[in-house]
Amino acid sequence: MSTQSLESKYTEEQYSEVDQYQPATRTGKIANYVDTRVGGTGMVREFGRKVFPDHWTFMFGEVALYSFVITVISGAFLTFWFDPSMASTRYDGSYVPLQGVEMSTAYATALELSFDVRGGLFMRQLHHWGALMFVMAMAIHMLRVFFTGAFRKPRELNWVVGCTLLLAGLGAGFTGYSLPDEVLSGNGLRIIDGMLKAIPVVGTYISFFLFGGEFPGDEVIPRLYSLHIFIIPAVILILIAVHLFMVVTHKHTQYPGPGRTERNVVGYPIGPVYAAKAGGFFFVVFGILALLGGTFQINALWNYGPYDPSPVQAGTQPDWYIGWFDGLLRLMPGYIGDIPLEFVIPTPWGGNSVATPVLVTFLPITALLLGLFVWPWVEAWITGDKKEHHILDRPRNVPGRTAFGMAMMIWYFVMWAAASSDLIATHFSLSFNDVLIWLRVLFFAGPILTFIITKRICLALQRKDREIVLHGNEAGVIEMLPHGEFREKHTRVSDYELYTLVSYESPEVTSARPNSRGKVGLLEKSRVRLNRTFFEDRVAPVSREEYLEALSHDDHGTAAELPAGSVAAIESKKH
Amino acid sequence: MKALSQKRRHPLAAVALLLLGLLLTGGLYSAATSINEAQATNTADVYSASDVEEGERLFVANCATCHGINAEGSDAGPSLIGSGAAAVDFQVGTGRMPMQMSGPQAQKKPAQFNDEQTMQLSAYVASLGSGPAVPDEEYLDVEQGNIARGGELFRINCAMCHNAAAAGGALTEGKYAPALDGVEARHIYTAMLTGPQNMPEFNDSNIPPEDKRDIIAFLKNNESQGVPGGFSLGSLGPVSEGLLIWTLGLALLIGSMVWLTSRSS
Repeated sequence: MSTQSLESKYTEEQYSEVDQYQPATRTGKIANYVDTRVGGTGMVREFGRKVFPDHWTFMFGEVALYSFVITVISGAFLTFWFDPSMASTRYDGSYVPLQGVEMSTAYATALELSFDVRGGLFMRQLHHWGALMFVMAMAIHMLRVFFTGAFRKPRELNWVVGCTLLLAGLGAGFTGYSLPDEVLSGNGLRIIDGMLKAIPVVGTYISFFLFGGEFPGDEVIPRLYSLHIFIIPAVILILIAVHLFMVVTHKHTQYPGPGRTERNVVGYPIGPVYAAKAGGFFFVVFGILALLGGTFQINALWNYGPYDPSPVQAGTQPDWYIGWFDGLLRLMPGYIGDIPLEFVIPTPWGGNSVATPVLVTFLPITALLLGLFVWPWVEAWITGDKKEHHILDRPRNVPGRTAFGMAMMIWYFVMWAAASSDLIATHFSLSFNDVLIWLRVLFFAGPILTFIITKRICLALQRKDREIVLHGNEAGVIEMLPHGEFREKHTRVSDYELYTLVSYESPEVTSARPNSRGKVGLLEKSRVRLNRTFFEDRVAPVSREEYLEALSHDDHGTAAELPAGSVAAIESKKH
Repeated sequence: MKALSQKRRHPLAAVALLLLGLLLTGGLYSAATSINEAQATNTADVYSASDVEEGERLFVANCATCHGINAEGSDAGPSLIGSGAAAVDFQVGTGRMPMQMSGPQAQKKPAQFNDEQTMQLSAYVASLGSGPAVPDEEYLDVEQGNIARGGELFRINCAMCHNAAAAGGALTEGKYAPALDGVEARHIYTAMLTGPQNMPEFNDSNIPPEDKRDIIAFLKNNESQGVPGGFSLGSLGPVSEGLLIWTLGLALLIGSMVWLTSRSS
């Protein structure tokens, strides 16, 4: 089949023309040599013409990719010196306050990297800042995708790939955080060990399996190292490839605007402008990270001292993206009044304790992470929308989703903030206990309040949009009419802006659909209830009639005087 | 040996054994407690009678409202009998006493008395009953301290409240462990010795004076060595690092993104 199609594509003469082509210049000769062996022309023709829309919020995914690359490069440098061994050694490097102290080889080589390897401390800091930025960029990229509805059909699976990438990023971060084997990272591992052991029946076995025996043992750091430098980065790389491949397949989404439809992409092709911009942006990100790595100290592991299971230091926190796990543990009380939440199941061998306070924290973690993965299907189920979407939503135009997303963000934020409850207390002169109590209240009340408030703000913004379409912007000019009336001038918005303000989908509440046996099931009832929460408060976009009506009230111009485009913009909103 | 085995069934053998046991435990106890008492110096050796007298005058004028006219304590403040000179030296020398207002704990502020007055107040309180004395200069000399050992001791005994980089930390109900940056060696010593506010007491049998000196040497070295990696961000660990990436890092990113996607018009 392929031979046939090739034959039909080019004639024999064209082939021989290509074969006999002799480049004139020296550069041309080299290029032709490479091209005839690599087939670069085809690739450039395919990918170089790929059109991407231009908007700054589309660049967070790029930042994630670049900071990952920078983290890999700086990490490779670190592996040349770092030795992930838990064998005991006596430090004899140049950092005076630790000279002669017994420690693991892992910690000693991490110190060597910091103080005795030229550029080592900079590379360590670059690596760590890069990791923080990697996860941050992924998180913001995800929020952008969520709030603009870019995860809808046909991109649901790519959203899942993105969620997996985020999890892999957390895994990469945590395994890296644990490698230097100082008190801070050891405490982090101890918490993980505790959480594992809290799992009923199998917890202890999982913990022993991970640590190669009782915590801390001397196995865990080499194991985490394999995960950190080999398995997780490989997973991330593969997933990035899949993620980008799917972006190319689906084409990029775009914000609503004149000329932008579900069938096209308005923007610039990759070659040459975007390729240059993206290449340059890589170095901008590299520059920002180098600036941070060169000027701001991160993870001063020489302060923490070699790991010893007995001390826990004030200000012991994980990196930001693991913070919400820590925060949850802090939020969860061990006692309510005098009643302990932990209990013991009496057994012939002396009783098995159930660490309820730790187990309960798994619930919000599972809810948030699982919710992230399945949201595209949940939303499609609630809205009943099975269409393809390539035009993005403005967050205000989907109040239900925006409010829900904000509520979940605040929920996350409360857990995240709880991880720094001690620093909130000291830096704002508050009582540590009060901070925790307030965060507990916010844990429950925060998401609900946020949902209500965000929804109201969205609706208010939509009304404001209507106002601007129907009456224009206040010009700041007061006119006095001949009969003495004062009036403020309004200027009509441009066609371009008008399009953005009126051209969006505004679904209405859908009623329950009976199933094949003609009954409305429990599931359908709950779907309708959620559908109502999403859509019952609705500000309809300005219709053509309303707009023409508004124009006829306009003293400054009539519909006839206005360019045809503005009416057409209203027309086309029913795409 | 033979004599012992013959007499061990003597009626008085049990009494003799009991006596021996009592003597031994009593002797050990007195030896153990006297290690602490040894610190409590005889007031007359260090302070003159006029110091004590002047100290009492200052005490009545500035401290007696809360601590009682004879330092016997009241509902507002504890008794100072047996607190010792070291406690006064710390509390008054760092400005914590006289207290500005009641609260979870006394705040550090500029010292309200000069060195002489502080010494006189110490003399008065020391005269009320034996307590920990102001340290000898030799234990404050950081040159003689072992920094690495001090670091180990600090991480085991102090870092859980004061943070590994001595940047301070939170305690319950609004109390906190302050940052140790810039605290005088003398006050670090007397704080360890007397356990002010919510701090536990690290007496000389717990952490001997030489070890206290090691800890001070470690802290002073931390102060003078600077920050190897650039700005320390308060040495607060991952929280301030996370804050920086979400503020400065994100701002720089968004700035460059907006710049890159802006159209030249």
